[in-house]
Amino acid sequence: MVTFKMNRRTLKVEEGTTVLEAARDAGIYIPTLCYHPALEPIGACRLCIVELSQGGRKSHVAACVTKVSEGITVKTDTEAVAKIRRTVLELLIARCPDVAILRELGERFGVGEPSFPLGEDVCFLCGLCVRACREIVGVEAIGFAQRGVDSEVLPPFATQSARCISCGTCTTICPARTFDLSKVDAGGGLHGEKDDVRVRKCVVCDEHYSSS
Amino acid sequence: MRRVEDSSDLKNVRAEILASRDPEAVTVAVCCGTGCVACGGRQVAAAFRDELDSRGLDSNVRLLTTGCHGFCERGPLVVIRPAGILYQRVKPEDAAEILDTSVEGDGVVERLLYVDASTGEHIPHERDVPFYSNQKRLVLDSNGIIDPTSLEDYVAVGGYGALAQALTSMTPDDVIESVKESGLRGRGGGGFPTGRKWELCRKAAGDTKYLICNADEGDPGAYMDRSILEGNPHSVLEGMLIGAYALGAREGYIYVRQEYPLAVNHFSKALRDAEEAGLLGNGILGTDFSLSVTVSRGGGAFVCGEETALMASVEGRQGRPRPRPPYPAESGLWGCPTNINNVETWANVPRIVEKGGKWYAKMGTAKSKGSKIFSLVGKVINTGLIEVPMGMSLRQIVFDIGGGVPGGKTFKAVQSGGPSGGCIPESLLDLPVDYEALAEAGAIMGSGGLIVMDEDTCMVDVARYFVSFLEEESCGKCTPCREGLRRMGEILTDIIEARGKPGDIERLEELAYVIQEASLCGLGTTAPNPVLTTIRYFRDEYESHVIEKRCPAKVCKAMIVYRVVAEKCTGCQRCVKACPVEAISGPRSQPHNVDLDKCIKCGACYEVCKFDAIAGDAIYIE
Repeated sequence: MVTFKMNRRTLKVEEGTTVLEAARDAGIYIPTLCYHPALEPIGACRLCIVELSQGGRKSHVAACVTKVSEGITVKTDTEAVAKIRRTVLELLIARCPDVAILRELGERFGVGEPSFPLGEDVCFLCGLCVRACREIVGVEAIGFAQRGVDSEVLPPFATQSARCISCGTCTTICPARTFDLSKVDAGGGLHGEKDDVRVRKCVVCDEHYSSS
Repeated sequence: MRRVEDSSDLKNVRAEILASRDPEAVTVAVCCGTGCVACGGRQVAAAFRDELDSRGLDSNVRLLTTGCHGFCERGPLVVIRPAGILYQRVKPEDAAEILDTSVEGDGVVERLLYVDASTGEHIPHERDVPFYSNQKRLVLDSNGIIDPTSLEDYVAVGGYGALAQALTSMTPDDVIESVKESGLRGRGGGGFPTGRKWELCRKAAGDTKYLICNADEGDPGAYMDRSILEGNPHSVLEGMLIGAYALGAREGYIYVRQEYPLAVNHFSKALRDAEEAGLLGNGILGTDFSLSVTVSRGGGAFVCGEETALMASVEGRQGRPRPRPPYPAESGLWGCPTNINNVETWANVPRIVEKGGKWYAKMGTAKSKGSKIFSLVGKVINTGLIEVPMGMSLRQIVFDIGGGVPGGKTFKAVQSGGPSGGCIPESLLDLPVDYEALAEAGAIMGSGGLIVMDEDTCMVDVARYFVSFLEEESCGKCTPCREGLRRMGEILTDIIEARGKPGDIERLEELAYVIQEASLCGLGTTAPNPVLTTIRYFRDEYESHVIEKRCPAKVCKAMIVYRVVAEKCTGCQRCVKACPVEAISGPRSQPHNVDLDKCIKCGACYEVCKFDAIAGDAIYIE
């Protein structure tokens, strides 16, 4: 077991626990976008930044990829942490102004209308779909293409992937609802079109799902 | 070269090579580093070859094509040894005269000598040229005197002696102790103590360990690592062999840019030759120590110089960094303990083992030991590759070695450490080359790029250049670096294009803070440095742009207007001819007119005007 401090509380957790897991167990809220309990964390969105004090040194680290160690102090509520969170959210909202989850988080943390020119993207590159496709489905039908702001999630060479089984995991996990199985239903979209894959629309929730 | 049976046999091989050579024989060393090749070095070498052949001197005089000598500004360079005469800006047609005068005769060709700009004196000897005499060369010392494709040449200057010494008389711990004692720190930019890094990797659990040479040099204007690999590849390989012995690694990689064809060729040849000679592969120098080294070529992504992205690329995955810990020493290539050092770091190792850590630690400052190689470029008279002891001041580098700023212009700043570094102003030029001192000034040592800027450089424009470079090179994984740099670039572009608003400078500072604090890898955390240092030292220039819409250096086109000063114009029509868009008109002998609607602000008229009649100035009027 490891003992450490988070904000003003002393916590005791199993060795190997991340700061984020420890915070959630203790009921301390840390916002995340690229984290999913079923997937390996990658520390990409940087929304979960917290202040870490260790051996007299302070730094800002991503809670999802930082393991707790004996004697550390973690603060989730400093002014600097709040500033980083707000700026990260503002940057993401400016990229994807119409994505609901970003607007909701923005409201929660007091981020108003971004001061930057608004983009039109619908994907904020959290990579959950890519990782789910690799780690859960095991087919790696999609990945990142290009780099920097031009990065996008695509099957290899932007052609329909022969490896895709149209399971729909990417659409289910996408926090921005960027992927849409209805496109597969209509015979298009990023997914492969295997003859034996049927995509249907649920009569209750109207969501599309794959039934094979 | 014949196979070396064991460590003591290396001495025999060296003796055999030296015995076969006449120490008094004349050598014509032609620089064929990439810089000199670009201005005709190979043609110069070919001309010497033909001339030597036709005179029947080819067996008495050795023609040596070497790696970079360093004085790139004055290339192609030719040095005649043993006299040590330096000829500069040599053309193929000069070969005959040089051979007549300095090889078959004992004179010098005055017109090809370096002329000291301040005294007007012709300097015949390389060692007396201020560019060289103010340097201290540990790593580059053999660059001008060996053929980089010749293992014999390297062995002749004592090469692989340090490896033999390590394998026969030192334990791996002794080697690590010596490197720790030397105080050597990572030359790639981070400055982490090399010996400690090795120790962490050696102690890490696991039987399979890797070592990597990071040759993904990507800073604009920097070519230190390229020049070492091109000019003395065996020194890097010997460093890696000693490192592998100390760490317990059996496999190594060198990750080198595809755009460095000469470096790749020379290093690949070094690998083949060393293996044939029993210096690489299985049972090195007759011991049970083995190492194989693979060349892994990078596609040129800047971020692949970051160690975790580099390892991903070597493994065949997309070059994107991952969070650390775990550090490579614990979990690196394919999850095994891995030690990564850059080219220059590896090249320092043989010297440390040979002469001892204590000897090395005598040079430098309290925390920065040894020497550092810089590529001195930009608005400086003596552009080139230099090696100086740690602790030398930037002023000595720029003025004593670099010869100052050309064209009678005033020095403004020097950019250290590439896109992750910062701009250091005149007032801080006495700063020593030292990891901590440079960091305190907001810059970094970096891998060794030094870009000199003069009064004609706009610091906002410089900041925009580096930000746009990094924006393009950001991998796109984490939000602050990907999105934040884009937004910083937008604000800087607005400022440059006369759309700056009050508050923009503060907004840049806020974004810089978040990018520094919250980015995933070193690319992001250091990316704001050029912006922060230019704001810190040249805030007034930013304010001029934002508030007065004026660019003091007259660089930002949106803020300058070209107009003809009627009283000075003689109507010579030079500018009329120079203007590419026919924006200037006017009959001969009468003041001309600039049509501002047509003017593209290229400055061609300003350059050709002999009467200062065209003033590039919008706001204030003479």
